Amino acid sequence: MTNIDTTTLIDWLHRFAAVAADKREWLTELDSAIGDADHGANMARGTAAVIEKIDAAPPATIDELLKTAGMTLVSSVGGASGPLYGTFFLRMGMTAGAVTELDAAGFGAALRAGLEGIVARGKPEAGDKTMFDAMSPALDAYDAAVAGGTDLPAAVRAAADAAATGRDATTPLVARKGRASYLGERSAGHLDPGAASTTLLFETLADAVAG
Amino acid sequence: MKKLINAPEDVLVESLRGLALAHPELAVDFDTRVITRATPKDQGKVALLSGGGSGHEPLHGGFVGPGMLDAACAGAVFTSPTPDQMQAATTAIDRGAGVLHIVKNYTGDVMNFEMAAELAAAEGVEVASVVVADDVAVQDSLYTAGRRGVGLTVLMEKLLGAAAEEGRDLAAVLALAEKINGQGRSMGMALTSCTVPAAGKPTFDLPEDEMEIGVGIHGEPGRHRVPLAPAKEIAEQLVEPILHDHDFSGAPAIVMLNGMGGSPLIELYLMYGEVAALLEKAGVRIARNLVGDYITSLDMAGCSVTLLKADDEMLDLWDAPVNTPGLRWGV
Repeated sequence: MTNIDTTTLIDWLHRFAAVAADKREWLTELDSAIGDADHGANMARGTAAVIEKIDAAPPATIDELLKTAGMTLVSSVGGASGPLYGTFFLRMGMTAGAVTELDAAGFGAALRAGLEGIVARGKPEAGDKTMFDAMSPALDAYDAAVAGGTDLPAAVRAAADAAATGRDATTPLVARKGRASYLGERSAGHLDPGAASTTLLFETLADAVAG
Repeated sequence: MKKLINAPEDVLVESLRGLALAHPELAVDFDTRVITRATPKDQGKVALLSGGGSGHEPLHGGFVGPGMLDAACAGAVFTSPTPDQMQAATTAIDRGAGVLHIVKNYTGDVMNFEMAAELAAAEGVEVASVVVADDVAVQDSLYTAGRRGVGLTVLMEKLLGAAAEEGRDLAAVLALAEKINGQGRSMGMALTSCTVPAAGKPTFDLPEDEMEIGVGIHGEPGRHRVPLAPAKEIAEQLVEPILHDHDFSGAPAIVMLNGMGGSPLIELYLMYGEVAALLEKAGVRIARNLVGDYITSLDMAGCSVTLLKADDEMLDLWDAPVNTPGLRWGV
């Protein structure tokens, strides 16, 4: 696969929703340790709402699909994850435009715009123990792979692997953003739930692209 | 988990249904999960909107009514409401004089209210926001999301509600909000964890002989875990950080001893006695008080103390009539 099309992206969102439902309790457990025990329930509810929307009226273009996903997440997830994941997809869609497929570079630009949306909304920095710590290295890995001439399936797999590495690296960190930041030193020793769900996002992307 | 519920996913809507039946003076929109006054206030007056995750009852829906809020948005349990809910509420309650959003400083609430304010402004509604940040348990805001908004929210909603009812304009209500924010402080503690219905088990394990000091209102673990102590010492652990953080001498104070949802009133009054004694010893003059469950954390046992350094203007606003499910006097 050299390009990513609307069908693959719809498949991605289906896979992400399925994994969010499947890993719901795990995400909630992670959130219980340093947050307020709702990340699993919120992500499962939000992604299920996205699937309901796009199944009812499958969007024809990438921007329409990602904007629908983003708006639905904003209006159904709540908490901090709603605006952050929602903004990610909204910005991705705006950058992708009214097309039905994107090449690896175009898709990378859309992902990067999504991350910039998250940065604008939540102002995370590396090492704050947030979803940024999984997403930022994932996009760096993706861009490096594409620049090196790697094909799309291998590039998104590299992104997923980098996300997982970034996620695991959040464990020893002391949180500086979000509700976990109130724990101070006590937040160290726990995996960040946002970085965990972000890794699922990239793992399901890699699975969808692999077909 | 033993709770008076049908299914965890239906808790919010079914609770709102009961609220609507119990309080016909409120209007509840079940689709947007917005609670408004059945009879809106007069044209030309500033409207107040608050909201946040559910599980803190009577906050916020229980404070909708004359003298307090015009509307409240209910999020899922401990989860911020969403911008579309807030936009709908903002537009619905605007009486042509603008809407003030009262936001507790939690990342999700702040981001969702920000998005909502952008959406409402695009529709031509004038919106101002105050972010309540009164929790002294959060010491170093350089490395955190800043102080949490906790008990002071209740006092803020009462005082601003009275100011808006008087006919003050949006800038004046906002200025009062900032003044209250600068002069109010809170500190909370937990004897037990709470249980989020969707999670089905306690958020954290707390052994019989330990307590959490410096908890917020979501059952999130506190800042420190220490051995369980008599009420007198717990009161010291709550009052001292507040007095250390802000000078409450030389002015009347409004004091709230708030229950977290799982502590009986006999214990809250006992704690109020201890807190009042400590404040007297420290030279703080209590002018008004509230004792009871006002900003709760589901079934968590424990309490919080809120102090607001007041003046004659604030005391007058405090005494003004209020008629809501959660706070009612002078009517």
